[in-house]
Parts: sequence; structure tokens; C-alpha cells
Amino acid sequence: MNLFFHIGRYFMLLYRVFSKPQKLSIYIRQIIFEINNIGITSLPIIAIISVFMGGIITIQAAHAIDSPLVPLYAVGFTTRESIILEFSPTIVCLILAGKVGSNIASEIGAMRITEQIDALEIMGINSAGYLIFPKIAGAVFIFPFLIAISMFLGIFGGYLMGVSSGACTSYQYLFGIQAFFDPGKFYYSFTKVVVFAFIITSVSAYFGYNTSGGALEVGKSSTNAVVYSSILILLFSLILTNIFLNT
Amino acid sequence: MIEIKNINKTFGDRHVVKDVSFKFYPGKTNLMIGESGCGKTTIVKLMVGLHELDSGEILYDGQNFPKLSQIEKQDIRKKIGMLFQGGALFDSQTLEENVMFPLEMFTELSKEEKLERVNFCLEKVQLVGKNKLYPAELSGGMKKRAALARAIANNPKYLFCDEPNSGLDPKTSIVIDNLIKDLTEEFNITTVIITHDMNSVMEIGENIMFIHKGQNYWTGDKTQILKTTNKELFDFVFASEFMKQVLSASNK
Repeated sequence: MNLFFHIGRYFMLLYRVFSKPQKLSIYIRQIIFEINNIGITSLPIIAIISVFMGGIITIQAAHAIDSPLVPLYAVGFTTRESIILEFSPTIVCLILAGKVGSNIASEIGAMRITEQIDALEIMGINSAGYLIFPKIAGAVFIFPFLIAISMFLGIFGGYLMGVSSGACTSYQYLFGIQAFFDPGKFYYSFTKVVVFAFIITSVSAYFGYNTSGGALEVGKSSTNAVVYSSILILLFSLILTNIFLNT
Repeated sequence: MIEIKNINKTFGDRHVVKDVSFKFYPGKTNLMIGESGCGKTTIVKLMVGLHELDSGEILYDGQNFPKLSQIEKQDIRKKIGMLFQGGALFDSQTLEENVMFPLEMFTELSKEEKLERVNFCLEKVQLVGKNKLYPAELSGGMKKRAALARAIANNPKYLFCDEPNSGLDPKTSIVIDNLIKDLTEEFNITTVIITHDMNSVMEIGENIMFIHKGQNYWTGDKTQILKTTNKELFDFVFASEFMKQVLSASNK
């Protein structure tokens, strides 16, 4: 019953979020602000994690391939597949759910308890639209770019680690990352990213927007935002993988 | 003018606002006084539509606010300014951006005109030159004044002030009270002030409603309040030793 209450309230909030913007120029300005706030500021953490994870995947792949019958270019191939199919779109989005999701929930939650949202409403502003729509639009726009950068850096990290550790040669790795390439997998990955961007921002905003009480409740909203965003990301990852790859 | 007629509100089994009626006049400082938790803020939140009314009418110049469509409500809200107890300034914006916000949302003024209006409002609340400060850099009194500047930025027809001088020293309280009174008279605003500060009542109370346990127990002005025979109001007004001394001095 509680679950249905939250689902209903979530969709009612979304209805308000996607109502006609009151002043488009201000919304556009806010979207640009959120692209920077949500996206660009996340770049350093994504870069660091991607390079390290690429290196780790490469070493693990090389370690797992102990049969002389398997060519060493499989190291590059495995790294590419892991990063494009799962690591960058799903794991990086889980990390972003922690960073961006908690930020959104606590920001909106703090605005709620300090009556800033009430102030917007009394001014005649659709507070849900003004506060949440730019975050969703900004994330849906910028996340695919962040993930593309993550993919590139992950594969690059794998190259650095693979070659420097002697797990494979430069030629073998570069050959591996180009072998049996199916561009359709990018379509699958980026569809996931767009869905996850929507989930992270809208679910986190939902928890922040419905905060009541004080600082303790803002903390709870922030935690709930990360927990539920992460669960939904994994659920939708499974659903989308079944739709796209289970043929 | 704003008129509330027989308004009621319950939260669960708690009847918080009981059949309250009152008229708030333009150009006057209309005060709603009463103990903490008596239902004053709930009445204001009902009046501005932050809570749903159970029954009764809230008339803004004859228009029954709760019965209006969402768009019609927004049109009325554009004419409302509100000063919240904590200021409710937007943390991420400078003072100038805070005051400019309603102008950006609802007017087609040029940047220069908006800036001129912002400076005019900041001058009214004696915050000239503080444009680029963030709310975190302001004192409690400055925050209240900044919030008042934002509330009047879009020339409101109705101004709501929720405990405008709570947490302020007596001197700053008087400054805020007089600011509100001056603005109310100068721009003929229908101002509704929630307070439990007797200094404010005696300073600016022109049209007063005393709320007790969610009900309207007494109405009058500041000259009548000291002569009240209403027991609940008497207990509220003369709760402090200072007010008791004022009473005994006036009786001598």
C-alpha cells in the first residue's frame, strides 16, 4: 500500500514537473546551470574511476585467460565489452546516483524545510517544474557525454595497464578492442544511460521535494534517494538488457 | 481587501482552525496575534493556498481563492508577497538575485529596469550596497529585511509576514515593524502580520485579531487591547511583568 502511495505521488510530481514552463528563458538558464552542476563537476570522479576500472578489468581478463588456445587480443576485446556494456553505463551511473542523487535530494530537501519551496509556490511559481525539470533535462543531456568519456578512459586505462604490465602487446590490445565490433551495443548502452539519468534525478528530486521535518529528515531523504535510485537502476538495467540483448 | 469567512481546518483528529472569520483591510497593518501553536500560521497558509481548506471562504477582493482554478490562483499569487519567519531566501542566489527573482519570472522589464527596481527595494529596507552578498553572509535582521525587499519587489497587493521580528533584538524589531507599516501605507497594501510580540502590537497594531485555540476570540486595535475584558486576551497580553507594570501605571 505504501509502495503504491509513493508511486502515485511520484507520477503526480512528474506531471507537475513536465507542465508548461512559465518562462522558458529562465528554464534554459537553469538547464545550463544544471549541466555544469550535475555533469561537469562529476567529470573528475568519473575519469579517475574509469581509468582505474579499465586497468583492473584488463588485468583480471589477462589473468583469467590462461589457455594458449585463447589469443591475447581477447584481453582488449573483454575490456571493451565489459566497459561498453556494463561498467560505464551501469556502474558509473550507480556512482553518479551516490554523488548526484544525494546532492539533489539534500538540496531540494533543505529548500523544503527552510520554506524556500513554499516561497516559490506563494510567488505563483510551479516549484516542481522550476526546481526539478532543469535537473532532469540537464542530466539526460549530459550523462551520455559523461559515459562516452568514461568508456574512452576505461579502455585507455586498460591499454595503459595491459601494455605496461606485459599482459598483452599494444598491437594485441588495439586489435582486441576493434574485434567483432557491433555498433548496436552503443545504442543499448546509451539508452540505458538516458533511462538511468532520468531515474537518478527524478527519484532523488521526489525524495527531496517530499521532505518534512528538519536536518535529520534531509539526511534520510538523501539516503533514500541513493538507495532507491540504485535499486531502480539495477532493475531497469535488467529489463533493458533483456529487451536489447536477450534475442 | 482580504476576507476570511468561517474557515475550518483539521489535521487528523485535531481541529486546528475553528470557524474563523475576519476582514483584512488595505493600507492597514492587520495583525493576527496569539500564543505559539494557536493556529496563526495555519490560517495564513490556508489563505495563501499552502494548505487545503476544509470549509469556509477566503475572498481576495471578492474572489473566493480556494474555488479558483490553478491558473486563477497563480494570478492572485503573483500579487502576493510573503515574508517567512526564517526569511526563506534562496541560498544559491545573491541578495540582488533574490530580489530580482520575482521580476525575472513575471515581468518583461529590461535588465536595467529590473536592477533599478531591485535597488529601490533594497533602499526601502536599508540594504543599499549589499547586492552581491549571499544569504549566509547576512545577519538575522538583514535576512528579514532582504526577504521583505523580495516580498515587495513585484509591487504586491497583499503582503503576508510570518513573525517578522522573531529572533531579533528590540531595536531591529522596531525597524522592521516600521518598515512594514510604512510600505503598507505608501503602497496601500493589504498586510497580514502574524506575531506574538506585544511590542509590535503596540507599535503597529491597527486591526487586530486574537486567535486562541484555533478560534477568533477578540478583534480590535492597539488602543482597545489594553482595556480588554476578554480573559484569554488579558492573560496573553499581560503575561509579562513588563506589561503588568504598564497596566498598573496606566491605572494610576
